[in-house]
Amino acid sequence: MIRFENIGLRYGSGPEILRDISFMLAPGSFHFLTGASGAGKSSLLRLIYLSLRPTRGSLTVFGQNIDDLSRDQLPALRRKIGVVFQNFRLLDHLSALDNVALPLRMAGLAEAQVQDHVSELLRWVGLGNHLDAKPPTLSGGQQQRVAIARSVINRPRLILADEPTGNVDDGIGMRLLYLFEELNKLGTTMIIATHNEGLVEQFRHPRLHLENGTLTVIPPAGGSEG
Amino acid sequence: MFRQRSDLPLTRDLTGHYLAWIVAVMVYLGMLALAVALVLADMAARWETGLVGSLTVQIAPMPETPGTTGAGTAAAPLAARTELALSLLRSTPGVERVTAISATRAAELLEPWLGGTLPADLPLPALIDVVLKRPVTVDVAELAVRLGGAVPGARVDDQAMWLADLRALARLVQLVAFAIVALVGSACVIAVIFSVRAGLAIHHPVVELLHIMGATDRYVARQFEVHVLGLALRGAVGGALLALLTLYAVGHAANGLRGAMLPTLSLPPAELLLLVVVPLVACLLAVMTTRWTVRHTLAAMP
Ligand SMILES: Nc1ncnc2c1ncn2[C@@H]1O[C@H](COP(=O)(O)OP(=O)(O)OP(=O)(O)O)[C@@H](O)[C@H]1O
Ligand SMILES: [Mg+2]
Repeated sequence: MIRFENIGLRYGSGPEILRDISFMLAPGSFHFLTGASGAGKSSLLRLIYLSLRPTRGSLTVFGQNIDDLSRDQLPALRRKIGVVFQNFRLLDHLSALDNVALPLRMAGLAEAQVQDHVSELLRWVGLGNHLDAKPPTLSGGQQQRVAIARSVINRPRLILADEPTGNVDDGIGMRLLYLFEELNKLGTTMIIATHNEGLVEQFRHPRLHLENGTLTVIPPAGGSEG
Repeated sequence: MFRQRSDLPLTRDLTGHYLAWIVAVMVYLGMLALAVALVLADMAARWETGLVGSLTVQIAPMPETPGTTGAGTAAAPLAARTELALSLLRSTPGVERVTAISATRAAELLEPWLGGTLPADLPLPALIDVVLKRPVTVDVAELAVRLGGAVPGARVDDQAMWLADLRALARLVQLVAFAIVALVGSACVIAVIFSVRAGLAIHHPVVELLHIMGATDRYVARQFEVHVLGLALRGAVGGALLALLTLYAVGHAANGLRGAMLPTLSLPPAELLLLVVVPLVACLLAVMTTRWTVRHTLAAMP
């Protein structure tokens, strides 16, 4: 599904943020992405959702080397990826419903279905009363839930979530992670960047740990009893 | 109809609003210039068929100087000079018919102007009526020069000359008018390019987000196209209405002081329809320019 081979990344002429990163993720896997602030978690995710090109090395996503892709092929590939941004990146002039509906409308889904799907999902994440609210009028945690709803609405095959539980209390955080687990059981590959050690411990998934620009894959702690 | 939901907060920024004004001014100027060109074309056509189809040549009487030695034709008798002019005119291509007007007929024509019977010894010019073949191919100005050189005292009547000059002038003004239409069109294109580029720069984060979510360039361009079309339509309708109002007012004013030479200033319906094409073309141009600009700019994005 995803394959990094000796990937290096630097911004402009700055230092190399990521160095010689090599790993492979199988379809349907679930990984946490950990590391100190500034370790390069968001940058690594940007590489995967093709918003950033590695400065060296080769990257394969959905079995396709990104260097072989033409510009016309990118949109189709990106639609298979759902992203929850660290800073949400909601469109302030659109209602919660229209924000979440974006990926569906882009894919050309019929408007009646769009309304149904979106309001159902928003109710599920506890925002049934805020369908028409504009993001600036929502709390941080509410915005985060809108962002998550937007990332999962079109059933992507890969979900990249950057600190998806950073702004919600543990109760909602757990609930969101259960949502991700459900999606994972249906076959969606998950990568969740987080600082929250508690969550990482509770859900027994392998973790990708970034430190000093290099990545190590750590198997789930104490997970050998199953 | 243009309250359509847009992914980009384009209606919120100021870059777009001046676009409507620019399109309005452009459409206004373009329509007026085109109207001028059309009216002139109309006038020229009318002059050609109505008046320039025939012309009159006058040969002035000159004091005969009997006995002087060969000072050329300067002193040739009127009848001889008339004959010379007649043969020259007959041999000119594009001339249909040449008739000398008899002295009695000329006197008749002059009587209402001079009153009473004319004295027999009054020196009258000889008149030649020339009918030109249609469509008129004769260059009247050139003919006048040639005739004047060959036949002393011969003069093509003023009206025809004046009209020939006027037609040349009309063509020039027409050319200028078309140039203005073209200039106005390119100014419109440039305004759209800058406006769209500003929009793309301002909304770069949103455009990038749409791309990450899998939007095609076409999808993004469409957002801008709808927005620009809305603005252009508003501007075009405003400019067109104002232009039609202006044309109506000018036509109305001209009706009052229309002289013999000035044909009616109103345009036939077919040409009015041509004027309405200006705002439509402006809108189409705006949308096509937008599409091109957006796709061109986006192609440089990852
Ligand atoms: N657009 C950018 N231009 C230049 N440098 C950048 C840019 N984005 C990130 N960086 C640098 O790259 C490094 C890694 O940043 P990144 O955002 O990937 O870290 P992170 O692990 O996500 O941190 P956090 O946990 O605080 O979100 C940082 O040193 C940061 O300064
Ligand atoms: Mg980050």
